[in-house]
Amino acid sequence: MFKTMRAHDLLKPRPEGLYCPPGDFFIDPVRPVGRALITHGHSDHARSGHRSVLATQETLDIMGLRYGEDFAGSTQAAVPGETLDINGVSVTFHPAGHVLGSAQICVEHGGMRIVASGDYKRQEDATCLPFEPIRCDVFITEATFGLPVFRHPPDHEEIARVLKSATQFPERSHLVGAYALGKAQRVMRLLRDAGYDKPIYIHGALAKLSEYYQSQGIDLGQLEPATVESGGKADFAGAIVVGPPSAFADRWARRFPDPISCFASGWMRIRQRAKQGGVELPLIISDHADWDELIITIKETGAEEIWVTHGREEALVRWCELEGIAARPLHLVGYEDEGD
Amino acid sequence: MNRFAELLDRLVLTPSRNGKLTLLRDYFHSVEDPDRGLALAAITGDLNIAAVKPAMLRALVVERMDPVLFGYSYDYVGDLAETVSLVWPQPQGHIPNHMPTLAEVVSRLQAASRSDGPKVLARLLDDASISARFAIIKLVTGGLRIGVSARLAKQALADLGKVDVSEIEELWHGLTPPYTELFAWLEGRAEKPRSAALALFRPVMLSNAVDDGDLEKLDHSAYAAEWKWDGIRVQAVCEGGVRRLYSRTGDDVSGSFPDLAAAMTFEAALDGELLVGDPREATGTFSDLQQRLNRKSVSPKIQQRYPAFMRCYDALQIDGEDLRALAFTERRRRLEAFVQTLDPSRFDLSPLVEFPDWETLERLRQAPPHPIIEGVMLKRWDSAYLAGRPKGPWFKWKRDPHTIDAVLMYAQRGHGKRSSFYSDYTFGVWSGPEGSEELVPVGKAYFGFTDEELKEIDKYVRDNTIERFGPVRSVRADRRNGLVLEVAFEGLNRSTRHKSGVAMRFPRISRLRWDKPSVEADRIETLQALLD
Repeated sequence: MFKTMRAHDLLKPRPEGLYCPPGDFFIDPVRPVGRALITHGHSDHARSGHRSVLATQETLDIMGLRYGEDFAGSTQAAVPGETLDINGVSVTFHPAGHVLGSAQICVEHGGMRIVASGDYKRQEDATCLPFEPIRCDVFITEATFGLPVFRHPPDHEEIARVLKSATQFPERSHLVGAYALGKAQRVMRLLRDAGYDKPIYIHGALAKLSEYYQSQGIDLGQLEPATVESGGKADFAGAIVVGPPSAFADRWARRFPDPISCFASGWMRIRQRAKQGGVELPLIISDHADWDELIITIKETGAEEIWVTHGREEALVRWCELEGIAARPLHLVGYEDEGD
Repeated sequence: MNRFAELLDRLVLTPSRNGKLTLLRDYFHSVEDPDRGLALAAITGDLNIAAVKPAMLRALVVERMDPVLFGYSYDYVGDLAETVSLVWPQPQGHIPNHMPTLAEVVSRLQAASRSDGPKVLARLLDDASISARFAIIKLVTGGLRIGVSARLAKQALADLGKVDVSEIEELWHGLTPPYTELFAWLEGRAEKPRSAALALFRPVMLSNAVDDGDLEKLDHSAYAAEWKWDGIRVQAVCEGGVRRLYSRTGDDVSGSFPDLAAAMTFEAALDGELLVGDPREATGTFSDLQQRLNRKSVSPKIQQRYPAFMRCYDALQIDGEDLRALAFTERRRRLEAFVQTLDPSRFDLSPLVEFPDWETLERLRQAPPHPIIEGVMLKRWDSAYLAGRPKGPWFKWKRDPHTIDAVLMYAQRGHGKRSSFYSDYTFGVWSGPEGSEELVPVGKAYFGFTDEELKEIDKYVRDNTIERFGPVRSVRADRRNGLVLEVAFEGLNRSTRHKSGVAMRFPRISRLRWDKPSVEADRIETLQALLD
C-alpha cells in the first residue's frame, strides 16, 4: 500500500513521552497531558493527572487502586482487538503478556502502521493474556534485557528451586522478593501450579493488587498477611513469604526465622547482582522479554524498522544491523524497570 | 551435570556454614556414584583435568558469535566463565539428545589431548544447559571458588555417615576419586575402607582454651608447659620413602614447602609447627611466614629468604612404632632423642617452659620472648595422643588480645538471621596531621557483640547513614560524630591491599564505647607500632 505518512511524523519522542501529532495523544507519558494511551499499570508507564486516559479495563482498575479513583479527568476502556478512531488515527490495543491488562498499542494512519509494544514477554504466564505478534512497519521494542547474556529459564524450573529449598531447610522461612504488580501474583500462581497448597504469606503492600487479581478469576489460593499477629517466629518456619524486595532489608523481615532471601527477577541471571543484593536463592523469573524473545519477536512482526527504547539499546541495534533491519534507539526518558 | 551445577550455584550464594553443610550432605545423599564422588573431588581440588586458558575460551566463543555483541556482554557481566556460559550459542538445529552426566563430562575432558581439548570442550558446551556450562567452564579453568574448603566437604561427609570428621581425614589420602568405597561405608553398605597407602595423615590432637577458674582446680605439677607458636600446625609423615607434609586438617601441603619436604628423610610421623627462618639462629615473624603462604609456586629466592622449618611438639610414630598410646612424658623423651638425628636447619624441638606455679606461668604468658608466640600450651604429662579435642589433657592459654578504639565507618547487612540487620562493620582510625586528620579503614568485624548490642548498632547505623551503596551504608564519622568501637585482635600484618597498610588478624568488637568522643579514637601510629 502507498504510504502517505512517514513513521516519525506518526509518532515522535517528546519530553512528555511518545507523541502522535495527527492523533494528538501520547503513549505512556511521564508528565500530565491532555490525552494519554497507557500500555500497562506499572508506575513508570501509568502516571496520574492526565485529562483523559485510554487503557484496558484492567489497567484502569489498577491505576484506580494505586492512585485513587480520581487519577484522571476521564477514562475510556480499550477492548483488545477492537479498533478505535482518534482524530482520524486508527488505534488498536493488543495483549502484551507483561502483567494483567498489559497491551501493545498499534497506531495506523496513512498506510503507516507502528506498534508500540510497551513492556512485553513471550513466556507463558497464567496471570495475563499472551503476547500477540502484530505485523507492522515499525516496531517499538523495549530492551530491558537487551543483551545476549539474558536468557530466562522456564519459570516452573525456578519455582521448583524454591520448593526444593523449602524442603531442605524446613526450619527457615523463604522470603521471595517480587514487585507488587504482576511479578508477585505470577510467583504465587506458579507456586500453586507446582502443587504448593499451604497458605502463602504476603506483605501488606501486595494485598490490594493480589485481591484484585483474584477478583479477575486468577486463583492464587489462600493468602495470609505476614503480620506478627498471625504468627510468632516459629509459625513462619517453613513458610513461603512474598513481599516487595525493599521490605527484606527492612526491620519488617525480623519476624521470620533465619530467612533465606530469594528474589524473582530477570536481573538474577547475573551472579554478581544476586551477590551484591545479599540474595541467597536467585529466581530468574522476568516479566520482560529475554534476548531470544526480543529477536524472535522482531522477526515475527516483519517490521522494516525497529525503534529500541528503555534498556540496553546498543546490543539490539547492533543485532538488527547484522540482520539488515533498520534500527535506532528511541531516547525516551523516565522509564525504569519497576516490573522486574 | 545439572545437579552439580545447581549445587555450585547454591553454595556460592549461601553464606552460612550450616547452610552449606546441608546443601552438600543432601547432594551426596541424593546423587549416585560416580557423579557424587567426582563432585567431591572437584570441591576438594583432587580432580585432575588439563586446564583451558581464558584466551582459548574467548577464542572459542567469538568463533561462534559476533565479537561486538560478545564484547557488550562481557563488559556487562565482568566474569569470563559466566559470560561464556550465558551467551554460548547452541548450534543451529542442534538438539542435544542427552545431557551429559558429570562422570561423562569428566571422562571426556580427561581423555582429551592437548590439541583437541578446545574441540571437546566446545562439544560439551553445545550439549549443556546454561548453569551446566558454567560448571564445566569452572572445571576446566581451574578453581571453583565457591567458598567451600576441603575440610567443609569432609565435614558434610561425616554428617552424612554420622562419623567423626577425623575418621575421614585419616582415610582421605589413601582414597581416590570417585570414592565409591568411602560412600559405601558412610551409607552403611560396606566396611570402613582400609588403605595400604603409606604416609597417611593421623588425626591431630587439639586443645581447649583455658577458661576463668579452670587452672585453680588443676595441679600445676601434672602439666608440662610449652610455648604456643603462631605458625602453621603441621604433621610430617615419612613412611617407606613416601613423604608428606599435612596441615592440621589433613590437606597435603608438601607442594608449598618443598624445602622442608626435601629434608624429611626419616621414618616417623611428627607433630609440630611450621615456621620460617633458621631455628639455630632466629625464628621469623608472622609477616615473614606470610611470604610463604597462599602462593601457587614458591620461587627459589623466596625459599632462600624465608626457609621453612618445623618446630617439633610430639612424635606419633618412630621407625614403625606407634607411640600415640604412650604418655606425653615418654613420647617427649623419644622425640628429644629423635630430633637430634634430624637436619638442624629444618627441625628443632619446641622447648618446655619451666614453671613452679600458675602465677609464674601467667607472667611468662603475658610477656613471651618472641613476637610469634601467642601464649602457652599445657599438656598433661600422662596424656596419650588422642584424635580431636578431648576435654582435660591439653589446654591453650593465649596471650590477651590487643585492643584499639576505632570509629565505625561502614556497615553492611548480614545474611540469614541477620539479613535485616547491619551487622558487618568496617572501622577506621585517625591518620594524617593533627587538625586535618582523616579516618582510614583498618578492618572489618562481624561478631563479638551481643544480640542486644547488635540492635543498638543497627539503629545507630540507620539513623546516621550518609550514603548507601547496595547492602552497604556509609555512616557519619568525623571529628564530632561517630560511634567508637573497641576492637580486639590477635595480631597485625603488613598489607599492601589495604590503604592503611595493616591487616588485623581475627578482629572482633569487644566493647561499644558510646561514651567516647570519636576524636579520641586511636591513631594509625598506635597500630604501626605493633608491627614488628
